[in-house]
Amino acid sequence: MIYTYIAAMAITTYLIRMLPLVLFQKKIENPFIRSFLGYVPYACLTAMTIPSIFYSTSSFLSALAGLAIAALLGWQKKSLPVVAGAACIAVFVTERILALF
Amino acid sequence: MRHTKTEQTSKEKHTKTNRPDLRQEIREGFVGSLPIAAGYFSVSFSFGILAAKEGLSPLLAGLISITNVTSAGQFAGLTLIAEHAGLLELILTQLVINLRYGLMSLSLSQRLFGIGTFRRLAIAFANTDEIFAVAVSRKEQPSFPYMMGLEIFPVLSWTAGTIIGAASGQLLPASVLSALGVALYGMFVAIVLPPAREQHPVRIVVLIALLLSLLFSYAPVLNGISSGFKIIICTVAASALGAALFPEKQEA
Repeated sequence: MIYTYIAAMAITTYLIRMLPLVLFQKKIENPFIRSFLGYVPYACLTAMTIPSIFYSTSSFLSALAGLAIAALLGWQKKSLPVVAGAACIAVFVTERILALF
Repeated sequence: MRHTKTEQTSKEKHTKTNRPDLRQEIREGFVGSLPIAAGYFSVSFSFGILAAKEGLSPLLAGLISITNVTSAGQFAGLTLIAEHAGLLELILTQLVINLRYGLMSLSLSQRLFGIGTFRRLAIAFANTDEIFAVAVSRKEQPSFPYMMGLEIFPVLSWTAGTIIGAASGQLLPASVLSALGVALYGMFVAIVLPPAREQHPVRIVVLIALLLSLLFSYAPVLNGISSGFKIIICTVAASALGAALFPEKQEA
């Protein structure tokens, strides 16, 4: 039964990812849809980050510190590993400071 | 696979019309995948711990990760498996939580011109939030070797993290896991902000998505909507508003 569960999850997820990629191979000409799809990544990532990021660490304040550092460095166009790494360090340091109180 | 040694002429690399250098493309994909793989390891590690708690063997937990490659979907799926939920419920949950990938694949399809169906079948397998985000933030059109370079290591890291997490339980101290928890979000921020800084329409779309997401997370009634649907509604609404306000500024 466990294998049936796993297969059902995997097939559902794969079909969602696969069908649009295989069915739409030509350029979509409609300017509204083209711009819509162009905005999708940014809208989607924003909705996934806020407010989930605040629950991603063991305290709201450390997550806020991580977000602040990521936003600061991201705005300055630093590379992905730098921004992600700095955010982790900010969370770690903040939590060590919070632990002192 | 071509094994011919191709010389890198820096000018050719940057022109779209020339056949992209295979090794260079794989390497670029691989470099782009490193932060994703690091983030995945920490997240899948905690998934592995949870799976072990639910009574799954490390290899079975690893099997879920290598066949699904999706964080939220797997966490939800694990809960349902533990509850012995019905298959239909499991499938519907995956559909709702993972429907955003459909939007992402549609968006990605507009950047993969000239790549055939079989290769698309392979690319689709690990079109995760993070891999999608890195692929579309690339200036040149992502090639097939680039996509493979980008996908393989994170999938392996996702699977290895799960198995090791399930097998070793609390190997990493909680403080380190907590800090790693922010890694993926930090990456999202790094992807969104540079174009938001440069392009007014992107800035507006991000702002709309942010406000909508807060609304759907905290406003009464609206916060009852599942996180999968919330993300889809916010993405569609913000992107559609952006497309209505600034139709041709942003190319897909």
